[in-house]
Amino acid sequence: MNLLLEYQTQLIDGTIMTITLALTSLVIALTFGLLGAWAKLSANRLARRLAGAYTTIVRGVPDLVLILLVFFGGQVTLNNIGAATGLWGYVEVSQFAAGAGTIGVIFGAYFTETFRGAIMAIPRGQIEAGISGGMRKSLIFRHIIWPQMVRFALPGFTNNWLVQLKTTALVSVIGLQDLVYNAFTAGRSTDQLFTFMAAAFVIYLLLTGVSDLLLRAVERHYNRGAVRT
Amino acid sequence: METLLSYIPLDLALIAENFDRFLYGVWVTLNLTFLSLLLGGLLSIPMAIARASKHRVFNPLVQGYTYVFRGTPLLVQTYLIYYGVGQFEVIRTSFLWDPVLSSAWWCALIAFTLNTAAYTTELLRGAIADTPTGEVEAAIATGHSDRSRMRRIILPSAFRRAIPAYSNEVIFMLHGSVIASTITLQDILGVGRWLNGRYYLAYEGFITAAVLYFLIVLCITWAFRRFERRYLRHLTRRDTGIAPHAASLPTPERV
Repeated sequence: MNLLLEYQTQLIDGTIMTITLALTSLVIALTFGLLGAWAKLSANRLARRLAGAYTTIVRGVPDLVLILLVFFGGQVTLNNIGAATGLWGYVEVSQFAAGAGTIGVIFGAYFTETFRGAIMAIPRGQIEAGISGGMRKSLIFRHIIWPQMVRFALPGFTNNWLVQLKTTALVSVIGLQDLVYNAFTAGRSTDQLFTFMAAAFVIYLLLTGVSDLLLRAVERHYNRGAVRT
Repeated sequence: METLLSYIPLDLALIAENFDRFLYGVWVTLNLTFLSLLLGGLLSIPMAIARASKHRVFNPLVQGYTYVFRGTPLLVQTYLIYYGVGQFEVIRTSFLWDPVLSSAWWCALIAFTLNTAAYTTELLRGAIADTPTGEVEAAIATGHSDRSRMRRIILPSAFRRAIPAYSNEVIFMLHGSVIASTITLQDILGVGRWLNGRYYLAYEGFITAAVLYFLIVLCITWAFRRFERRYLRHLTRRDTGIAPHAASLPTPERV
């Protein structure tokens, strides 16, 4: 316990890094998810095909493989392009950018499915009622689709977020100093790996537990007008 | 063909040269994944029954277990077992140390099994709880005892209805098995990382690994689609011939 207190700054810094990374990748994932759902439901066949390929490929390949590919391969690709076009010199892909970007794009594919399902769960008649009532597309989205989409998407959102938060642990493999990385190095240097990994274990449990409680409260808020069956 | 291949900026000859290593990696990955799914699946059945029947002692215990293992990353669980337990002198001198707990393979198997058992328990609990009341009432009316009702009516029905969600769990476990490569095992990704490290490459190993994993996922999806067609026939609408939840790539929800 004393040892954990001695290394508390490292653990706290790691936790903050984990949370920052998870939130950054969440923003990217939500953007990709909304774009993907829009493309999958659009009348444009090319958009549907592209979105289909995106969700299929991303969900078929393990996250760590993609993270490593982007971190090591992305750097070489960027520099090759830079050298060929002369637009930029030597660039280094940071662990944070590679991790947040890749995890964001991966979970964007899962959010695509969540949002698509949520939009499809809205009764078609309500949208038609909006059209016949003379509402503009943006108005229909704001007053009919959005409030209900949030309600239908929230259970899926909670689930995705919890999986995503846990997935961020993988960036320790490319050397980002997140919770796992810091706990591991502290454990290595003190020869107390169990103590420190157990601490990381408990911190992750707290993070997922608190997110779960908070998101359930949000779900209750958005469900307050709905009849419980 | 020759000219077409030369446009691909990958050293295909090198991949072909090391392909036997990748095949061995496929074997390690499949071995670890399916062995842990088998063991975890067996563990999850009694736990799911305890959860669904709200057993006074075991229900809260199992619920605590699934909460903890579903609330933490598999990577941390694996590290805790592989790197962690060696901290204790008692374990290092015990009979478990030499063949089991000092081996990366065993530690990965234990961590993966405990992880998938937690998810499968909750998934099965849901399927058992969702058993149509009519089926249970029919079993009671025909004089089944509690035990035979569970064994002959509820479980077979719940297993079938759990297939679509379980296909998701299988794919998640395959994806999770890449963690084996972080504790020195030569699974598919382990071989890819070795190849890249050895020849100082950026793409070849990872891209080969990505393609192999993708192919395995396609095979799993295909196999589950066939299972569903067979075992969910009674729940299939006759006109479409498509199961209500056709197997697909992992859905966002992981219980």
